[in-house]
Amino acid sequence: MTHIVKPQFRHPRLATNSQGLTRRDYEGVISTLCAGCGHDSVTAAIVEACFELELPAHRVAKMSGIGCSSKTTNYFLNYSHGFNSVHGRMPSVATGANLANRELTYLGVSGDGDTASIGIGQFVHAVRRRVNMLYICENNGTYGLTKGQFSATNDRASKNRKGLDTPFDSIDLCNMAIELGAGFVARSFSGDKAQLVPLIKAGIRYKGFALIDVISPCVTFNNHTTSTKSYEYVRDHNHMIGRLDLVETSAEIEADYAPGTSADVTLHDGSQMRFTKLDESYDPTNRETILPALERYRQRGEVATGLLYLDKREADLHELIGTPDQPLNEIDERALVPGSGPLAAINAAHR
Amino acid sequence: MSRNTVFNEFVLKFGTVNGSGSASANFLCAKVLFRMGLPVSAKNIFPSNIQGLPTWYEIRVSEAGHMARRAGIDVMVAMNPQSYKRDAAEVVPGGTLIYDSTLERRFDRDDIQVIGIPIARLCAEHWTDSRQRQLFKNMIYVGSLISLLGLDDGVVEQLITEQFKSKPKLIEPNLKALHIGRDYARDNIDTPIAVRARMSDKTAGKILMTGNEAAGLGALYAGATVATWYPITPSTSLVENFERHASKLRRTEDGRHNAAVVQAEDELAAVGMAIGASWNGARAFTATSGPGISLMAEFIGLAYFAEIPLVLFDVQRGGPSTGMPTRTQQSDILTCAYASHGDTVHILLLPGDPGECFTMSVDAFDIADRYQTPVFVMSDLDIGMNDWVIDELTWDDSRKLDRGKVLDAAALDAVAEFARYRDVDGDGIPYRTLPGTHPTKGSYFTRGTSHTDTGGYTEDGRLHAQMLERIKYKIEGAAAHLPKPVIDIRDPEARLAIVNFGSTDPAVREGLEELDREGHVMNHMRLRAFPFAQEVRDFAEAHDYLFVIEQNRDSQMRHLLMTEADILGPKLIAVPNIDGMPLTAAFVREFVLQALRRLPGYGEASRIVAQ
Repeated sequence: MTHIVKPQFRHPRLATNSQGLTRRDYEGVISTLCAGCGHDSVTAAIVEACFELELPAHRVAKMSGIGCSSKTTNYFLNYSHGFNSVHGRMPSVATGANLANRELTYLGVSGDGDTASIGIGQFVHAVRRRVNMLYICENNGTYGLTKGQFSATNDRASKNRKGLDTPFDSIDLCNMAIELGAGFVARSFSGDKAQLVPLIKAGIRYKGFALIDVISPCVTFNNHTTSTKSYEYVRDHNHMIGRLDLVETSAEIEADYAPGTSADVTLHDGSQMRFTKLDESYDPTNRETILPALERYRQRGEVATGLLYLDKREADLHELIGTPDQPLNEIDERALVPGSGPLAAINAAHR
Repeated sequence: MSRNTVFNEFVLKFGTVNGSGSASANFLCAKVLFRMGLPVSAKNIFPSNIQGLPTWYEIRVSEAGHMARRAGIDVMVAMNPQSYKRDAAEVVPGGTLIYDSTLERRFDRDDIQVIGIPIARLCAEHWTDSRQRQLFKNMIYVGSLISLLGLDDGVVEQLITEQFKSKPKLIEPNLKALHIGRDYARDNIDTPIAVRARMSDKTAGKILMTGNEAAGLGALYAGATVATWYPITPSTSLVENFERHASKLRRTEDGRHNAAVVQAEDELAAVGMAIGASWNGARAFTATSGPGISLMAEFIGLAYFAEIPLVLFDVQRGGPSTGMPTRTQQSDILTCAYASHGDTVHILLLPGDPGECFTMSVDAFDIADRYQTPVFVMSDLDIGMNDWVIDELTWDDSRKLDRGKVLDAAALDAVAEFARYRDVDGDGIPYRTLPGTHPTKGSYFTRGTSHTDTGGYTEDGRLHAQMLERIKYKIEGAAAHLPKPVIDIRDPEARLAIVNFGSTDPAVREGLEELDREGHVMNHMRLRAFPFAQEVRDFAEAHDYLFVIEQNRDSQMRHLLMTEADILGPKLIAVPNIDGMPLTAAFVREFVLQALRRLPGYGEASRIVAQ
């Protein structure tokens, strides 16, 4: 991997958003991933989502672990600070960063090695703490940088490129996140930008822990005919349970949904998430029914995609532990250092 | 009392059962003696257990100011039949053992005074509730010490009143128990004991505090806002004290407080959170002990290489592995000095008492920000969890926090190009920026992979070498700005010296005095930081031999002195102590005397000091 900066020239009439930024301004350096890698499509979807959300790019912190997916935070949002931490430990670094400044947008990208294996403990506790962040897991069922070992999200039905299968069941990150109390849980496919971009936008807007498990095929090591994380398999078995759109407060709400099948949820910042059910029986806000429903898809060999779960109560770590509204890293030292007066009282209490 | 009574120089020890409520009664005794104007050194010797096992509390009283632990117990309050045998064995000839004689027994020591007080029977006579019968036993033995040892009535009663200020209903029954013990001893014990306490004035301007509380306060005064940790003995009370004081001293108008304390799922997450918060501009820290440091090692290397400020408190305990969780040791020195794989060297601060836990805690945050690197405050169980008599804590209200080289938006506008890892000033310290500062300038990519001076990934060996050399140069530059060693030239002609650090200092200073009286005058240097200042090399240069006293088996500080200060190995005589107990002067004296016999030309007393 080299650090290749993209050329700065661009079309003079490229559209700008309210931040005065073009789509190009949300890009990063040139990707060094394999041609056709699903992760690059996710990168493109993130760029599109951030542009459409008109995010001030420098107010986003990009957090990642180690692996192909974690490299991608360098490929978008050049005006943002990025933090490529250690393998599997992105959740703790993101939690700490979030504690220091609750006002930035935290966008975490990791892979299935980070999330389901070496860092599963950190992932679990970041979910449980409701750290206000969007966590995108670019899930390809394999360890790419070390040349194709199985990961813990690889299904038993799936074989590796040498034709061997794993003796172990896979870990379903979405099911686990729902169990643990994540507020926003979605699954998508890197090849479905129309589904992915609105999910990313809504996940960023959601206050609390948002997970998008994106099946993102590894073209080099896990895109063969016997893999369940290949482009072909996911396209054939994708079962979209619903369509999601994020409607900004300022935008006009389009009414092209079939009556009775759509539901609006207003987020804490006033924007609206519009969920259109494609599967009548699936209600993403009902925790009691979604896990059995997801199990039925699994048994039929289908990959359920879309917004799988939404907890309408938006609360994050800061609210749970009662930190002040002002970001901790901005509080003036005069408010932090008690001074000699209180120290005299402490001395007196220790005599 | 007899004519031979020794006043204000004795060791009082309590042998009790843990979980029986004795800890607060024992601390009460220490505090009474302290308030009577007597320097006290209190050592809690406790098991890694919640209830039912033997536990001890030693209080050394020394009007002369010797605050090291001293073996040889003058008064043993033996309240635990499980440990009667060894408790009796520890009493010095002519000393006293006090026990609960409800069940009478013999102690097979005819050279000590045994005093029986029927404590359980007295409790049974006055209380019916079984819990009260148990709890008030403690206050009865405290009461007996008023008569037997000279604890001051008024001071004890005042302290009990203060202790139960929030539960006033408990004051009266506690005083009742106290008086039962006092009166029983007064009316039934005729023979005086050999030692006694009386009022003095040696604690003016002093306080009694643990190092963990002092370090927690230091973090508060340093402006730390994020504390992330995982519970581990003996560091736990550090963060708890930070939180307790923050909840009072950092209170906002709406009742919240300006700090976030998160108990992490493990030490990896604890240090990861501290790194994330620090990266994002908050002052953040974690506190742990040896096993936690082992777990944090990978992240520590990241903070070192990506140059992120980080403060870690290592309250050391007995290792290796789980080791002796409730005993003291200084055995994480090398682990911390070089924590993490690859070439890493870290700054260590070495507090010698709770007072320095406070000052060095504040300093650690400034140093971490200044040098953008991990800083370890190397405390230990003895300093961290025991109450020490120290000078009152002081604070200079004109002190400003040193946040180091951080560029704000205006500064970014003023620079032509921002390069996160470029040595602009020639001191090896680059400039950093915080996320969210400037719309188009100052963003960079933080990574643990090898990087260029703008933070880009590189596999260019030349750039990698330059980066590592610059970081080394930066850390070496810190040496001159860390707390200097405390050097005591007791005789400019002396060719021998003792080198130590941390909690061993009271024992070393007392040992030096004893050696001095026997004609072996030695100079003394207490190390206070690593990397070593030039003064450390100069001191070693000026002496023929240096005894390096440390509480670990492998003489870890001696290794550091050899490899990092280039002091020749044969000059450095290893003095390891690894029994997990706070060091005694007797150990220092005996070890040095033995070693002297093996040093040709140095074994004879060099100077006899008139007594």
